[in-house]
Amino acid sequence: MAAKKKSNEKSDLNKVPFSTRVRPYMIVAPSLIITIGIMVPFAMAIWYSLTNYSFKLPNHKFIGIQNWVNMLGDASFWGAVKISVLYGTISTVIEMLLGLGVAILLNNLNNGLSKVLRVLLVFPLMIAPVTATIVWQLMLNSSVGIVEKLLNIFGVYNFPWAAAPGTAMMTVILIDVWINTAFIILLVLAGLQSLPKSPFESAKIDGGSAWFNFINLTLPMLKPSLYIALLFRFMAALQEYAIIFALTKGGPGDSLMSLSLTAYQKGFKFQKFGAAIPYILVLWLIINIAAKRIVNRQRAAQKQAAGLEE
Amino acid sequence: MKKLLALMLAGVMLACSLAGCGAASETPAPSNAGSTEKQTVESSTPASTASEATGEFDWKKFDGEEITVLFSEHTYADAVEEKLSEFTEKTGIKVNYSSMPEGNYFEKLNVELSSHSGSIDVFMTGAYQSWEYATAGNLEPLENFINTDLTSPEWKYDDFIPAVIDALKWDLVPGHAVGSGSQWALPMGWEVNILTYNKKILADHGINPPKTAEELLEAAKALKEFDGSGTYGLAVRGLPDWGTIHPAYMSMYSTWGAKDFEIENGKLVSKVNSPEAVAMTEYWVDLVKNGSAPQWSTYGWEMCGADLGAGKAAMMWDADRGGYTQNTPGSSNEAGNMAFGMVPYPTSAGKTEADMKSNLWVWSMAMNADSAKKEAAWYFMQYFTSPEFMLWSGVEKACTDTPRTSVLEDPAYAESVAGAEGYYEAFSTISKNASIFFTAQPYFTETTTEWAKTLQYLVTTDKYSSVQEAMDELKATMDELVSDLEVE
Repeated sequence: MAAKKKSNEKSDLNKVPFSTRVRPYMIVAPSLIITIGIMVPFAMAIWYSLTNYSFKLPNHKFIGIQNWVNMLGDASFWGAVKISVLYGTISTVIEMLLGLGVAILLNNLNNGLSKVLRVLLVFPLMIAPVTATIVWQLMLNSSVGIVEKLLNIFGVYNFPWAAAPGTAMMTVILIDVWINTAFIILLVLAGLQSLPKSPFESAKIDGGSAWFNFINLTLPMLKPSLYIALLFRFMAALQEYAIIFALTKGGPGDSLMSLSLTAYQKGFKFQKFGAAIPYILVLWLIINIAAKRIVNRQRAAQKQAAGLEE
Repeated sequence: MKKLLALMLAGVMLACSLAGCGAASETPAPSNAGSTEKQTVESSTPASTASEATGEFDWKKFDGEEITVLFSEHTYADAVEEKLSEFTEKTGIKVNYSSMPEGNYFEKLNVELSSHSGSIDVFMTGAYQSWEYATAGNLEPLENFINTDLTSPEWKYDDFIPAVIDALKWDLVPGHAVGSGSQWALPMGWEVNILTYNKKILADHGINPPKTAEELLEAAKALKEFDGSGTYGLAVRGLPDWGTIHPAYMSMYSTWGAKDFEIENGKLVSKVNSPEAVAMTEYWVDLVKNGSAPQWSTYGWEMCGADLGAGKAAMMWDADRGGYTQNTPGSSNEAGNMAFGMVPYPTSAGKTEADMKSNLWVWSMAMNADSAKKEAAWYFMQYFTSPEFMLWSGVEKACTDTPRTSVLEDPAYAESVAGAEGYYEAFSTISKNASIFFTAQPYFTETTTEWAKTLQYLVTTDKYSSVQEAMDELKATMDELVSDLEVE
């Protein structure tokens, strides 16, 4: 009896305590739960895209890849992909160029005016996109809008803006640029101010021109910040919904029916969720591919800026 | 370790998604008429005893219950909100009331109803939307309550204007006209779509109020930029949704003699490319291109009303209420200058005043089939559609376009709307020719969205060489959308 007890005690001593054994699991538990929280809706979305899930039907059933086949065979899907990519690319490119330019100007112009401008230029970011769009809608209105009055001076009357398919895309991009350029300015300005001073001082001594400095010093060292700004802006622009919806609800015709708007219309207006989800999954795929490429380039740029890689 | 974690993750994901999907597909089917009837009959027994005992309707029968109501922001909803405390005082039923702007109201409602959680007991809807909701089993048939002891004798079902109350009945068979079958909702107010014009602007330009379609086109063209850039003749809606089709366009479309669908061999077949439909649409495109707002395709009813009120548009063809509210003193720049016409009829198509048709819209109240407090919800509905409430809201709260005959005939009501020239005459005349001219079917939102997009292309682009080509394409799209519907 005593011997048995002794051997038990011995094996207890060799055994790793329960609290130690579960520790690794406890440590990963929070991130595991968060990952599950993110992955469950995603997995459910994939499942629903394979069903005829609709608000109009009391139950739903598995229909295979029917929704996907329908979507791929629908001309409006390819139109939506084109609109999303076009909108995302053009608005991001303009915002990046404008944001970079303004940030450099503000950085060089280090005086009282630049301090005031820095505050003022951020204002559009503080307004909800829907509100900003409504303000723009009024400004562009052909009877009461201030922009119309300005154009009248140059002999342009009744410019259609969002009311015609030919100019609708330009109009929503204009509003997007107005709202979001401030975001790029903020990020680039922060990047500019964190650059080391010594390379610039050396260049000054060697008599490098402003253009030489910009191309060979500022830009390479700023690249990591630029890629971060590009990443955030491009991802958001591809998903843009609020501006287009508030301005034209996707019209005229299908001219602004991006993937987000098409999915919303199919899901919430037409109550066909199963058919709407593939559109969102395709959008996710496009964003995912784009984001991965940008992140890879950002990493490379970071190494280059740190002098680790040529 | 990594493998173990990956396995765990995959396992949990699978379990969760399966559980989630299982739960979703096991959503109970909405209660059907039969089961509700049973429920109502059972619960109505004590009510009859109570009313027999006192000889009076027992308003306190559901004292202490609590219901949730979701409304779209509207004059009709405002009037209800103002009397909520009186309702609670009378019945003891507490009401959780919330309202939201019309723009996204139906999308929000779709989500609430489809969850089948019964989170909302009573909500506002329109006749067209009720076709979709009733088909999906979201609506409680109201005949289960109307002729029972749960209804006060003073409520008077027969007092509703027949065209209006019938617009909210349907037998759920796609293609069958409204007016038979279950009562899916009760009217709060309704709208006819007629011409409103600014009599001052028309007089200043020597133009007589148009009566025919030809006169309307001529007037709208003549008034283009009547007061500089951006001012125009006729405000009509142009956004890519059903709202563009149902008011003026559908009224003229029906007056012209065109139909949206017809039943052929047990199927719904779109008729938007018929000769009448094409002729009417050609007229419409000309009217909008040459006589409407330069930014027509971004116009909803709010913008139409605002332009009329601001004096930027000389005329508007939309819901009569839209014009009426711009005319009440202090409501707009041009308040007091509005007068009401009727439905312009096309003499070129051989139509006369007798052919005028106005498509109607009914704001109504419906009950969620998944509600757990149907009796209390019914008390709410009957209180806020009663002759007494409707006379008060019609006279005091500008809830014109009353759905009740007794209110329409009340001298106090006639006096309250007398300030708007031609309104009472137009409303009384047109209400006889007003109906829902759409074919009842559950894909209404989709077919009308496609229709509105086609109009946008016709007005703003050269995508189609002719209206006929556009309407042929639209017909094919609409046929495809309703192809799975079986018509008995």
